[in-house]
Amino acid sequence: MNESSADVILRMSGIKKSFASVEVLHGVDFTLKRGEIHALIGENGAGKSTLIKCLGGIIRADEGTVQIDGQPAQIGGIEDAERYGISIIHQELSLVSHMTVAENIYLGHMPLKRGFIDNRAMEKNARVILDAVGLEKIAVSRECGELTVAQQQMVEIARALAAKTRIIVMDEPTASLTEREAERLFEIARRYRGEGISIIYISHKLEEIFKIADNITVLRDGWSVGAKKPSEVTYDGLVSMMVGREYTGHYPRSGYTGGEEALRVENFSSPKMFQNIGFTVHKGEVLGFYGLIGSGRTEVMRGIFGIDENASGEIYVGGKRVVISNPGDAIASGIALSPESRKEHGLILEQTVSFNVMLTVLKKFIKGISIDENYERQTLSAYIERLKIKLKSVFQPVKSLSGGNQQKIVLAKWLAASPDVLILDEPTRGIDVGAKHEIYQLITELARQGMAIVFISSELPEIMGLSDNIVVFHEGRQTGFVTRDKIHEATILRYAMGEVR
Amino acid sequence: MIKQLWSNNSGRFLAIVILLVIIFAGAGQDFFTSKNLINVVRVTSMNSLIAFGMTFVIITGGIDLSVGSLVAVSGTYCAAAIMMTGNFWAGMLVGVLIATLLGLVNGAIISYTPIPPFIVTLAMMQSARGLAYLYSQGKPIRLPNEFGTYGNGALRGVIPYPIIIMLIAMALLSVLLYRTRYGRSLYAVGGNIDAARYSGIKVKRTILSAYLISGILAGINGVIWSSRLYSGQPTQGANFEVDAIAAAIVGGVSMTGGVGTIFGTFVGALIMQLLTSGLNFMNVPFYFQYIFKGIVIVSAVFVDLNRHNISMLLNNLLARGKPKTAPEP
Repeated sequence: MNESSADVILRMSGIKKSFASVEVLHGVDFTLKRGEIHALIGENGAGKSTLIKCLGGIIRADEGTVQIDGQPAQIGGIEDAERYGISIIHQELSLVSHMTVAENIYLGHMPLKRGFIDNRAMEKNARVILDAVGLEKIAVSRECGELTVAQQQMVEIARALAAKTRIIVMDEPTASLTEREAERLFEIARRYRGEGISIIYISHKLEEIFKIADNITVLRDGWSVGAKKPSEVTYDGLVSMMVGREYTGHYPRSGYTGGEEALRVENFSSPKMFQNIGFTVHKGEVLGFYGLIGSGRTEVMRGIFGIDENASGEIYVGGKRVVISNPGDAIASGIALSPESRKEHGLILEQTVSFNVMLTVLKKFIKGISIDENYERQTLSAYIERLKIKLKSVFQPVKSLSGGNQQKIVLAKWLAASPDVLILDEPTRGIDVGAKHEIYQLITELARQGMAIVFISSELPEIMGLSDNIVVFHEGRQTGFVTRDKIHEATILRYAMGEVR
Repeated sequence: MIKQLWSNNSGRFLAIVILLVIIFAGAGQDFFTSKNLINVVRVTSMNSLIAFGMTFVIITGGIDLSVGSLVAVSGTYCAAAIMMTGNFWAGMLVGVLIATLLGLVNGAIISYTPIPPFIVTLAMMQSARGLAYLYSQGKPIRLPNEFGTYGNGALRGVIPYPIIIMLIAMALLSVLLYRTRYGRSLYAVGGNIDAARYSGIKVKRTILSAYLISGILAGINGVIWSSRLYSGQPTQGANFEVDAIAAAIVGGVSMTGGVGTIFGTFVGALIMQLLTSGLNFMNVPFYFQYIFKGIVIVSAVFVDLNRHNISMLLNNLLARGKPKTAPEP
C-alpha cells in the first residue's frame, strides 16, 4: 500500500472469526482512511456484518489486529468501540420511540448538573446537531416515534455525531428511504467526510456506491477479494468480484406476446389509501407496478388479497367475478401474494422450512388427522430444487437461513399453492445480486409457463428490465400505464412524481 | 450424543425428573412409597389439565389468567345443579358448560377487540370469581358422599380417575395439536400472526378457540375438584393460573408464542409437583417452597433462552480437534 500511514485512521488485518467451529472470516484486511466514504460490499453471508460487529465490539474477533491512528487497539466491548469514536447505525433503527429527539441523541451520556439531567443544555446542544444534519424543522422535544424513517435515520446520525464519533458505519442506510431522502443522506455524508469523519458504507445498491464511495472493499465468503476505487471498476466487474464468476447484468425475457385475461381489477378503492384503481394482467405477462414508497402499490395488493377490509371494487379472475373477503378466499381463487416484508408478513421464523412452505397447502397436506408425508416430501423437493435453495434439512428453522434463501422460501411457499396469478411485492429487496438474478430468472420462467405475474418494485432498472407493461402509482392514484415498446425512464419517473398522462 | 439428548426436549425433561428423584432420595424412604408417588401423579394430573389449556393459549401468543376462577365457577355451579336436580351428570354438564361459555367470552373479546389477553382474562378472573361467590353467597355447597367417587376413587382401586381423565385429554389434545390443520394454525398464529393471516389462516377463529379449550379444561377440572372436596367451593382454584403457567414454561412453552408441546407441559407439571412433594418430605418450611418455585421458573426460562448458546458450547467442546468446515451458504 502506498498511502501514507498518517492518513489511515483504521487498519484491520488478518481478522478471523468462527461460530460454532465454522470459520466465517478467514483473515480479512480492511483499511479506512481519514475523511473518506468507504463502501463495504459483498453477498449475504460474505462476512460484512460479522466484520462490522467485530469493529463495534458486539463480538470479539478470534484472531487479527486492529490499529486506530496507527496504535494497536483492543476492542473488547461496545464501550471500547465508543471510546475509540466508532458508531454503528444499524439497519433496524434503535431509537426509543417514546423518548424525545434530544433524549435519544444523548441516550447513555446525558449532560448532568448537580447529579440531575441538565435538560436545557441537552436540548440546546441537540438543536445545534439537528440543524447540522438538516433537521432544522424538527423540534428537539418531539417524540422519535412520530418521525419518518428518514428523519429517524438522521437522528441516529446526530447521535453518532454527538458522541464525538470519528468512524460511522452505516448498514444499508437507504433501504427504506425514498430517492430524495437518500440524496439528502448522501449530501450530509459528503459534508462530514469534508470535516474528516470516515464513513464505512454498507449497501446492496451498487448504483449508490458508484455515486458516493471513494473506495470500495469487496468481501466474498469471508475473504477480502479486493479494494478498488469506483473509477477503476465497472458495475459488472464489481458484481463479478462479489459472486466470484463472470457476470453480465442482462435481464432475462419471457417473450410475452399476449395471452388470456388472468386477473382484472376495476373501480378498486379504499378510503385514504387508494382510489379508482383498474388494471388487467394476462397469462404469461409480467405486469410491473412502480411508484415511490408510500404511493399505494402495496396497499392495493393487500386490498386485492383480502387483508384490507375497507377495500371495495370488482375483481375478476379468469374472467369470472370473485368476492374476496380474506386471504383464504384469495388463495382459493388462485391468487398468491408474496408480501413486501418477508420477516413480518412472509415467514414464521422460529418454524421449520417445511412448516412454512406447507402452510399454503394445508388442505392437501393434512386431511382430518392423517398427514400425507409423501405429498410433503414431493412438494418440498420440487420447489427447493427449482429455486436452488441451499439447505441442510427441510426441518431446520427458517431463521437459520440467509436473507436470499429466506426470500426463496417465501416464493416456494406461494408457488406450492400453484396460483394462476402471482403477486410479488418487492421480491428482491435486501438480497444480494446473485440471488436477485436467480429470482429474475424464476419470474421469467414462470411467465413463460403461463403464470400471470404482478411485479412490484421501487427499483426502476429491474422494473424496466423485467416488465412487459408497467402501471405507475403516485399517492394512491394510478398515474400512468406504459407499454413495453414505450418504456422510458423519464416517462415513468414523470408519472411517479404525480404527472397524469 | 449429549447434544442430541439436549436438543431433544423430552430427553432433557426426563433428565431433570431423574435428577430430582435422585436428589429427593435424600429425603428418606417415605418419598418413594407407591402411595406418595401415585399421589404426586394425581396432583400432577389435576394441574396438567389446566396447564394443557394454558399451553394452547400461550402457543397463540396469549395468556389466560382466569382459569383459577373458572375452576371455582364450574365447581360451584356443578354442585348447585346437583343439589337442584339430584342428577350427578346434569351437574357435571352444567359446570363444564358454564366454564366453556366464559372461555368463549374471553376468546371473543380477545380476538374481536384490541384489548390485550392479559387485561381481558384478568377482568374475567375477577368477574368469574364474583359469579362463584354470588350464587353460593360465599359458602361451600355440600354434596352427597357418593359424588366423591369421581375425584377420590380409582380404577380397580389402583389408578385414580383424575389420572385417567388427564391421559385421555393428553392423547386427544396431542392429536389435535400435532396431526391436524387446526394445530398447525395455532403454531402459525403464535409464531407470526401476520404471516399466518397472509397464508389464509382464519386468525381470529384460531385465537378464540384456544381460550375456549382453556375454558373447557378448567371446567372439567372444577368438576373433579368439587368431587374431590365433596362440595362446590367458591374459593377453590386460587393461584391455579400461576401453577399452570409455571408448568407450561418449565415444560418448554415459549411465552412469545409459537413453541410448545403437550407432553412438555405434562413433564413441567410433574417437575413442579415432585419439587413440592420432595421439599415437603425434606421438611422444608412451606413458605420457602414459594421462593424455590420462583427460582425454578426463572431458571427454566433462562436455560430456554440460552439453549442455543449452551448447545453451541457443547458443540465446540465435542468438535474440538476436528478440521474446520466451510461456511454455511
